Amino acid sequence: MSTASGTVGTLRSRPADALASWARRNFWTLGLLGFLALLLVFTRLIEPRYGAAGIQGLAISALPLALAAVAQAIVVISGGIDLSIGSMMALTSVTSAALMQGQSGEFGVVVVVGVLLLGVALGAVNGGLVVITRVPDIVVTLAMSFVWAGCALLILRTPGGASAEWLSALARGSFVSEWIPRAAVVLAVVVGVIWIPLRRSRLGLSLYAIGSNPLAAFRSGVPVGRTKLFAYAMTGLFSAIAGLSLTATTGIGTPVPGPYTLQSVAAVVLGGVSLAGGRGGIMGPIVAVVILALVRSNMTFLGVNPNLAVVAQGMILIGVVMLGALAQMRRRP
Amino acid sequence: MSEATRTEGPRSRWLTAAAWRRLIRDQPLIPLFGLLAALVVLIELARPGIVNPEWIGVILRAAVPLAILAACQTLTMLTGGIDLSVGAVASMAGFVVATLVTGPGTPIGIVVALAAAALAGLVTGIGVGVFRVHPLIMTLGMSLIVLGLANVWQLHMLGAGVVIPDVLRWLGSGTFLGILPNSLLVFLPLAALILLSLRRTGYGRLLFAIGDNPVAARLAGARSWQVLTVLYVVSAVMAAIAGFLVTGLTNIASVALVDPLVLPSVAAAVIGGTSIMGGRGGFAGTIVGALILTVLTSLLTTLGLPEAVRQILFGAIIVVVAAAYTRITSES
Repeated sequence: MSTASGTVGTLRSRPADALASWARRNFWTLGLLGFLALLLVFTRLIEPRYGAAGIQGLAISALPLALAAVAQAIVVISGGIDLSIGSMMALTSVTSAALMQGQSGEFGVVVVVGVLLLGVALGAVNGGLVVITRVPDIVVTLAMSFVWAGCALLILRTPGGASAEWLSALARGSFVSEWIPRAAVVLAVVVGVIWIPLRRSRLGLSLYAIGSNPLAAFRSGVPVGRTKLFAYAMTGLFSAIAGLSLTATTGIGTPVPGPYTLQSVAAVVLGGVSLAGGRGGIMGPIVAVVILALVRSNMTFLGVNPNLAVVAQGMILIGVVMLGALAQMRRRP
Repeated sequence: MSEATRTEGPRSRWLTAAAWRRLIRDQPLIPLFGLLAALVVLIELARPGIVNPEWIGVILRAAVPLAILAACQTLTMLTGGIDLSVGAVASMAGFVVATLVTGPGTPIGIVVALAAAALAGLVTGIGVGVFRVHPLIMTLGMSLIVLGLANVWQLHMLGAGVVIPDVLRWLGSGTFLGILPNSLLVFLPLAALILLSLRRTGYGRLLFAIGDNPVAARLAGARSWQVLTVLYVVSAVMAAIAGFLVTGLTNIASVALVDPLVLPSVAAAVIGGTSIMGGRGGFAGTIVGALILTVLTSLLTTLGLPEAVRQILFGAIIVVVAAAYTRITSES
């Protein structure tokens, strides 16, 4: 959620100072959260019936893309990019759907573990190729997106398969209160369990370091190649989780990649993560995904032509990035 | 590397591995043509007799639009950018012409399509050049905007009906002298123009300069925002032309017609030796890259492999070729 500069500033004696510096570091994410709050109020105004059910639907539809955005954010923070996320999602989705078909719930657990390991392996192959061949990551992941999509087609030629009941139940319904969608809780738990300890660890710091300045990181003793490989493996892991969420929310596996790759890049940029690397966190992209999904719902409520909604999405993307660029330009002399 | 210090006679110099590597690095077209020849040999082995003038015509017809789109990628990649909006712009251009044929007529349709494409390119260029938005994001956003607006246009023109004009059909799928596609009449002058301007004009040099070292270029007086704005306008107009050809070739007018060609156009530029980091490359290699990809697709189809295996091999070959390139060109 914050940059890796972490808690070096324990020299702060006053909690107000600490709060102020934390706010300054996370101002983009805080801004997004503020905008989301306004958007929710606006949604309630134009559609008074928007309630717990609406939040439910929002969470379920945003879950796969949110996980894809987290996957993309990790690799972008480390200075790379992964254009094969959509294909990895398709591959893990069809693998899980094909394996879970007609099997018991317990076997489903085995399948989930296996698919997560598969995701790590896919990401490791991507990262390994990027590190070993030294071909730019855009090219490698672009080419590998064909390979993974082809593998997905090999496993399931047409959409099919099934999802274990407990997996689908994880994405449906609410948790404790009807206002808290289970999908949101699952997202929070998954991200919290994996990312938060990672970010605070030395490995997490290395991720930010190689994204920010690979040469300086190298000279400081950070094993750049291995860290990069790890970043891509993490991206593969989260892509697998995203693929599982696809299986869970749709009930089947679809071998066609879908728009997740490029949308994850958009979400990452909107979420305040710099494409150059080394800056940003994963909360921003997640909030950006929710905002985009909510904007789409609002357009439907307002009766706007869905194609104009697509246009609006493109304009929002460009507009936000331009604003960010302008702000940066004014800060620098 | 002891080869470098060897002082033997001229005959043995030809046989050293270092000499070969130097040749490949300095004349990158040679291994590309070698790869192309190897693929043609392979396809002849796979189905003897397939390589005949008619097949060459089919390959050229399919490769020309891809080569034009790859030209867009080459030019933008030289400056360290990319243009992911070529698919949307190309499809939009073909679609707009098709919807205006029955009304205002084909010439006006073509002019309107080209103007719309130029406008899209202008917005992209201003975003990248003036506002310094990352080209990946800017062209991504523009592709969404163009797609959405094209769909809105489609709804407006529902009554007009969609007709693919004869001139586009003639250009896209017709042939002269029996086998040479008519699209060459458009492509050859365009290719010559691109090749000449990249090597011989100041504008071409500026593209290389901005990609190689933007700060130095700026300090040397280059106004990169002007260069970039013009660049993306040119790219969009070329994409529109490619869109015309694809519409004529496939006899389909759709707002997503050219989308499957976007990623292969990037692949063709990369295979052709243009570096995605900027400052290095050229269009000649890209043309051969486009031919390689087209022959490769034909080879994979001839081998009767299922679509899935074709896709896997496609991606794997791109990685291998790019890796070989990086290995060879960075060894110095």
